Amino acid sequence: MSTSNPTRRGLLKTGAIASAGLAVPTIFTASSAAAFTNEPTGSTVTLGFNVPQTGAYADEGADELRAYELAVEHLNGGGDGGMMSTFSSQALNGAGILGKQVQFVTGDTQTKSDAARASARSMIEKDEAVMITGGSSSGVAIAVQGLCQEAGVIFMAGLTHSNDTTGKDKKANGFRHFFNGYMSAAALAPVLADRYGTDRNAYHLTADYTWGWTQEESIAAATEALGWNTVDKVRTPLASTDFSSYIAPVLNSGADVLVLNHYGGNMVNSLTNAVQFGLRDRIVNDKQFEIVVPLYSRLMARGAGANVAGILGSTNWHWSLQDAGSQAFVRSFGTKYGFPPSQAAHTVYCQTLLYADAVQRAGSFHPCAVAEALEGFDFDGLGNGPTHYRADDHQCFKDVLVVRGKENPENEFDLLEVVEVTPRAQVEYAADHPMFAGGALGECNGG
Amino acid sequence: MLGLNKKDTKFLLIVVALTMFTPIILQPFAEGTGLAQFNAGYPDLMQRFAIFGIFAIGFNILFGLTGYLSFGHAAFLGVGSYSAVWMFKLLSMNVIPGILLAVATSGVFALLIGYVSLRRSGIYFSILTLAFAQMSFNLAYSVLTPITNGETGLQLALDDPRILDGVNNSGSLPVTNIFGLAMNSSTQIEVLGRVWTFNVGYYFCAIIAILAFYLSLRIFRSPFGMMLRAVKSNQQRMNYTGLNSRPYTLAAFVISGMYAGLAGGLLASMDPLAGAERMQWTASGEVVLMTILGGAGTLMGPVLGAGFIKYFENIFSKINDTVLHGWFSFMPDGLEDLLVVLVHPFVGKGWHLTLGILFMLVVVFLPGGLIEGGQRIAALFKRKRSDDDNLDPEHHPKQTPHVAE
Repeated sequence: MSTSNPTRRGLLKTGAIASAGLAVPTIFTASSAAAFTNEPTGSTVTLGFNVPQTGAYADEGADELRAYELAVEHLNGGGDGGMMSTFSSQALNGAGILGKQVQFVTGDTQTKSDAARASARSMIEKDEAVMITGGSSSGVAIAVQGLCQEAGVIFMAGLTHSNDTTGKDKKANGFRHFFNGYMSAAALAPVLADRYGTDRNAYHLTADYTWGWTQEESIAAATEALGWNTVDKVRTPLASTDFSSYIAPVLNSGADVLVLNHYGGNMVNSLTNAVQFGLRDRIVNDKQFEIVVPLYSRLMARGAGANVAGILGSTNWHWSLQDAGSQAFVRSFGTKYGFPPSQAAHTVYCQTLLYADAVQRAGSFHPCAVAEALEGFDFDGLGNGPTHYRADDHQCFKDVLVVRGKENPENEFDLLEVVEVTPRAQVEYAADHPMFAGGALGECNGG
Repeated sequence: MLGLNKKDTKFLLIVVALTMFTPIILQPFAEGTGLAQFNAGYPDLMQRFAIFGIFAIGFNILFGLTGYLSFGHAAFLGVGSYSAVWMFKLLSMNVIPGILLAVATSGVFALLIGYVSLRRSGIYFSILTLAFAQMSFNLAYSVLTPITNGETGLQLALDDPRILDGVNNSGSLPVTNIFGLAMNSSTQIEVLGRVWTFNVGYYFCAIIAILAFYLSLRIFRSPFGMMLRAVKSNQQRMNYTGLNSRPYTLAAFVISGMYAGLAGGLLASMDPLAGAERMQWTASGEVVLMTILGGAGTLMGPVLGAGFIKYFENIFSKINDTVLHGWFSFMPDGLEDLLVVLVHPFVGKGWHLTLGILFMLVVVFLPGGLIEGGQRIAALFKRKRSDDDNLDPEHHPKQTPHVAE
């Protein structure tokens, strides 16, 4: 059986080395033709929409995809144009981007960094996408943002609320329109002080990943500044579906406020468990027990049903806003799909429009030119009032909504009411704030 | 040649040829046509084919030969990835040290887990490995966050030391390379509308995959491999004859763990990120599916299975309604919508469903996996020519199927 023959082996080895040698020269000819990664040369341009279609954030992902399709339709001149008519920059004309028809590819991130990166890589390598956008989890968004930086394409972050996305993990090719944990906390704190007083004991339950950690850090810092006492901070696995074992200890902890740093399916389940345990009917330290959900969305409110009534939280945008931009968006989204959009849908629609507009203004798809056009860009008419894209960390600054679950919702979409619109000045922070320190944008990469 | 008999040499050469021409074979459809959707010849997916091929080959050394079903192999994949990324962060962006450390750590890890788990066999062994893998996953996910960066995954940063590399002032992250040759560099050639992408990273993985395949071929044909088969057919009888089978199974477990570590290291070399979900039980289950789908105990089967599953995950999951409408646009409106509605559950996010159905069909009708399918087709043609090969079928008892019939 073993008939080793050294001379033949040598022959094969030489052959292998020779073929490897043959492959080498061709490698150096690579990437000489195009000026940057996936430069669109034909009459079309491809965008990559990378959203969770399965997993804990699938609802948000589905709504994001609807908004992306709507944005593409509007960019190509279809539909009623949505927010393109209310957008303060009027560079877009409904003839695609720079005259190129907009096409898109979709992928499933499965709410996993690995799968998300695989999906994004296939968009870049196979479908020649010049921009990647999406993500409904900060972990995924950060992973994909890193990939886009390496590959030399622009990443327009979708629903990602962690401080790290534009904090310690910020990248020159990545941009975020959505607000973050710090802003939520800064907006919520005065309202909390106003309604619940400054003498409270808070107990935190936190989704155990980057978003949860930064959200917990932000809200704890903001409430402690009010004079609140933090009783305990407990981390829960992202994949948990039953939080009873985490809620039970709250009963005897002496806490009178429960802060749920949970999102999506997590929040729906933890809130339901908390209500089942009768937390909301309890009187602790002579005060009514309260629950706070720092990051709210309508999709979550729908999942949690009547349990959300009266619970405070913050949100990036809500469809009941009465400005022209919001109304235009709600109208065209409603006409196409028959129900109002969520905040996830809103932010990705804005991101797509902002990217297209930046390309149009820069006159090039080159990531560095686009980044330059977005940096320090001031705009209005996209539903959040005057907004500023800060050059230092690629974070958008705008007003933040403090919302409350409605006591008597009229229909399944009318679940939240806006309590207060916290002005932009109140949620702004320095780019080198300690909660955002430790990272560097680096330089934009065109591939 | 190379210690192989004539038949195996031919087999190896065919495998070498297939791997080398993968970028051409996987691009059968011209760009711009509707079928281009099914092309799979882009670097990321080809790299995954090779890497998960290695993973499945390694898994098959344990499962295919000894019959021990490990449900925790993803742990070794994850450990390999973390080791490699740490090497990229601390030492150098050259992939060689990273891969070496990945293989070494996963080997040690496999030795520890194997030593404990192999005290039991059958379902208890599977549960033990599953428990260890879930423990590793949870550790990586939360407790060991300083080492693994938790859910976000371990990534490179600009200020990593990288003591062997020069100072990086470019403001962008360095890329993984082998002695200066970047893993992500590739060259494209267009022939008859088909774009062939020859990528350094793929060829690096492919060469390692061929070596891994050759090693597994030698193990299959060696006396050691025979011992492992003996464990599978009747371990009790083997023990009664006075043979201690545990060193053999432990060796197989460690080898197979090192294969997984190698695959993990390669994954990190192609894309320098290590996430905890790489260790989750679903990832362990995936390699079991790959092996069974392709044909456990066969040499080529696991590689086929790996390719099959990765193809579905990456190609079918990207077919959305817009693409479907594009396909059926030649039909009248009502019929077009109907067909889109009918096909919709099986593509896009429904790719699991399609894969599940195919898996079921394979297990029911081809218990030997895709390889058995290939053999049956080959047999159809062979029988017509001659029956010489099967003069005495009694002396060539069939292998027992790995999945209950």
